[in-house]
Parts: sequence; C-alpha cells; structure tokens
Amino acid sequence: MNASPRLFLALVLTICVTLATSLAPRATAWSSRVQSDTVLGMLFGDGRKLFASQFFTMADVYFHSGYYPGIFDRKGKEIHIEEATHDSAGGEAEEMGDFRGPPRDWIEAFGRRFLISEHRHLQHGDEREILPWLKLAADLDPQMIDTYTVGSYWLRQHLRQPLQAEAFLREGLRNNPASYEILFELGRLYQENLEDPDRARNVWELALRRWLQQPPEAQKENRLGYEEITLHLARLEEKSGNWADALRWLQAAQTMSPAPENLQRQIDALREKLADPASGLLPWTPY
Amino acid sequence: MKTLFALARLTLTELYRRKDFYVLFILTAVVTLAAGSVNFFNDEKIIRYVKDLCLLLIWISTLLISVVTAARQIPAECEARTIFSLLAKPVTRGQVLLGKFLGCWLAVGLALLMFYAFFAIVTGSHEHRWPLGGYLQAIWLQWVMLGIVIAMSLLGSIHFAAPSSTSTICFVLVAGIVVVGPHLNTVALQQPQPLQAITYTVYFLIPHLEWFDVRDRLVYDWASPAWQDIALASVYGAAYAGVFLLLAWLGFRRKSLNPG
Repeated sequence: MNASPRLFLALVLTICVTLATSLAPRATAWSSRVQSDTVLGMLFGDGRKLFASQFFTMADVYFHSGYYPGIFDRKGKEIHIEEATHDSAGGEAEEMGDFRGPPRDWIEAFGRRFLISEHRHLQHGDEREILPWLKLAADLDPQMIDTYTVGSYWLRQHLRQPLQAEAFLREGLRNNPASYEILFELGRLYQENLEDPDRARNVWELALRRWLQQPPEAQKENRLGYEEITLHLARLEEKSGNWADALRWLQAAQTMSPAPENLQRQIDALREKLADPASGLLPWTPY
Repeated sequence: MKTLFALARLTLTELYRRKDFYVLFILTAVVTLAAGSVNFFNDEKIIRYVKDLCLLLIWISTLLISVVTAARQIPAECEARTIFSLLAKPVTRGQVLLGKFLGCWLAVGLALLMFYAFFAIVTGSHEHRWPLGGYLQAIWLQWVMLGIVIAMSLLGSIHFAAPSSTSTICFVLVAGIVVVGPHLNTVALQQPQPLQAITYTVYFLIPHLEWFDVRDRLVYDWASPAWQDIALASVYGAAYAGVFLLLAWLGFRRKSLNPG
C-alpha cells in the first residue's frame, strides 16, 4: 500500500460527506421532537436541555430571593414556582424552612452572616424577575411544557399581563401541539383573566381530547390533569347556568378523583337544583 | 514605606500599559449591555438577571487580572534580569515582594472601582436607587478576597516554573475553595476515617473565600452584612494574605534569581 496520504485523506473526507448527507435526514426523522431553529438551539444541540432545566431552577431561586438549597444542603430541592400554579397546592407555595440546619462549626456559623438566611418570596410585581429564566428555558428546550404553564401563570395572575401570557402559551402550543397542559392553562387564561367563557370552554374541551389521546399508561399517570380539566369545565358550566352539563363534568371528574366523596356532595347539590324548578334554573342547551 | 510605594507604582504603571484590564472591562460592558437590551415580555423593569450576570463577570474579570498580574511579577523581573538592578538599590527581597503585592492589590482595587462604577450606573439607571453602602461593602470584601488571591499567586510564582502554571493552579484552587470549600465539613462527615480527619483539616486550613462574596445580597436586594462582621472578615483575610506573603518571602529569600 503506497497510497498518497492526500489521496487517503480525500477518500476519508468523501466517505464522511457521503455518510453525513445520507444520515442527516434520517437522524432528523428519528427525533420526534420539533427541531429548534434558534441560535441557542444550534449552539448547544441536545445539551441545551440540561441548561434549560438549570434555568428553570434559576427562576425558582429568584422566586425565593436567593434563599435556596444547593446540592450539599440537607433539604432537597422542590420547585415552588411550579407548585403555585396548581389549585391543589393551595395557590401559595409552602414555606421552605431552614434547609441548612444548625451550623456545625464556627467557620460555617460566621460564613452564614454573609449568606442570605431568610426566606422571602418575590411579591408586589417583583415576580417579573423570574421571567427571563423561564423564557431562556423555553428557548433552550421548547418541549419543556412546565416552562410555558408556569410562565403564563405568573404573567396572568401576578403581573397582570394576560396578552403576554397568551402569546407565550401559543408559542408553547406551536412547539407542543399535543399538550393538554398548555391548553388547560390557556383555558384558565380565557376564563379567569380575559373573561371569555366560550373560548375557555372550547380550549378545555380540546385539552380533554388531547388528554384522552394519550396512551393508557400516560393517562394513568396524569389523572390529576383529567380531574382539573373536567372540574374547571363543571365550574364554567355551573357559572353559565348549564346545570346538566356541569353535572356531567362533575361525574366525569369523580371517576378520576382521589376524593370522590367530596365531589359526590357537589353532585347531589346540583341534582337537587336540577329537580327543583324554582331554583332559578336556566334551560339547558347542549353545545 | 516610600520604597514599597515606589515599587507598587511600577506595578500600577504596568497594569495601565497592558491591555488585560481594558479587554475584560469592554467585554463585561458589552455582555452586560447586550443582556440588558434583551426584551422579555415587554417588561422594562426586569433587572436582576443583568445584575447577576454583571457581578459574575466582574468577579471573573478581577480574579483573572489579579492572578495573571501577580503570577508574572517576580518571574518577569527574573526573566528580564531587571531584578538584579532592582536589588542593587537599597531594597531587600522582602520589600520587593511586599511592593509587588501592594502594587497588584492597588491596581486590582482601581479596576474594581471602575467595574463597580459601571455596575452602579447600569443598575441605577434601571432601578433609580443607589445603595452605595452595599456597593462599598461588596467592593471592600472583594478587594480583601483578591488580596488573599494575589498573595497566593505570588507564593505560587516563587515555587512554580512558569507564570502560566501558577495562574492555572491558582484558578483551580480558588474555584475549588469557592465552590466546594464551604461544604467540605458536610463532605467530611460522610467519609470514613482517616479521610474524614484529613478533609476536616483541609476545611479548617483553606481560606474561606466564599465569605467575601456578597453578590446575592446585591442581586436580591437584601440588607448588607453588619460592619463588625466585615471588619472580622477583613482581619481574617489580612491574616491569610500575611501567611501567604510570609511563605512567599521564605521561598524568595533563598531563590536563585537566574532565569531557568
């Protein structure tokens, strides 16, 4: 073999280019996710998802004004900006407590005088400070659904920017067309902030269809999603005077609820109203 | 003292002539301004991430300036053989070392003032408030911390062959102390003996540079630390810088000054 090194190099380069042109479209097809066309996406590749997760955590660090456990601290991390978006969490994030515990020595005790040692949530509009991290997280990993729902929650509930929240959710929906979570949050935005019950109803019904399109294993894991959607639909119908529909949604919610007896009381109350013509009941019209 | 300040002035002049500071300052300014110009959800009041980023860049830049400037002082004098003409004057090796330390420390102090002035202008123009007390505390604490780092670099420059190796080792050490140092006591408890005792000893021996980092207090608008705590931390920093300088002097006293 007395092949010239240049010839050998040219051969290897040709093989590389041929393989690249052949494999690139297949590799794109292997990934079921939407391809990112952002600069960050191109720069970091799939590694950007690690940064996205870190940036999402940074939003939580900002929410706690820097008082946040690290990897060495005794109490583990719990993402509170996310908890606050669920009704079941009671709306307000729970207190963190002293995750550091008592100091072990004088160095640690003295060092704490320079650290942030009190727990304070952002409030009075300062919640806006978490938004850059959520936006960056969404740019880096457009398939991270929590980023959109959490961002929208803070925008619409605390910063009074429902239109920005809607735009952010629409962006999330473009990247995740099958997400029932984003549709559910969009419905809440229409119902609670834009006071548009018709759009809220349509969006929630679509969210329910998306939920039902999930594989059975995913449905089993996301029962809370079904319960939240159906309960919100029930409340919307009840508010609109569509008692029979409200009853139907409550019964649907009951099938997935961890506390069906609580819902049973609401169902009974609705049934009484339906049976009593003097209760000011509006005629039910199916939609 | 006159001799010390004359030597320090030489180091200061060197910093003006070199481009390290200018490059890092411009880089910090450009990155900060670019980050600040990004529009997030049409909300112009968002500022904390800019403060966070700017302070991080200030920390990295001043650390770079300190380590690189201090690490090359003695080797450069030896390499250019100017150390002989310096020592031909009525100047002791200890004074040369102290003068170099003072020069580097003052030079970094000036750089810090410039960086924080920029930081104050950027944040003040957004927030319309000027917590000068907090800024002064942050500058002072960082300056004390950089004093320890400069003394450590000078010690390294006496013992290691080239400024590049001194700089690299110092960066690794400082990063390790800042990131892992505060948690070595936690790590020690999870180790079997004798590793536990060794880790705990390292924990007590290293200078706890993390004490001097009050960036989070500035970013999250927390009250400044008490002045007596700052005074105690300053004494602690001065003690460590003194120990490193003493060790450097002990090495420099017997060091052959011929290059190579």
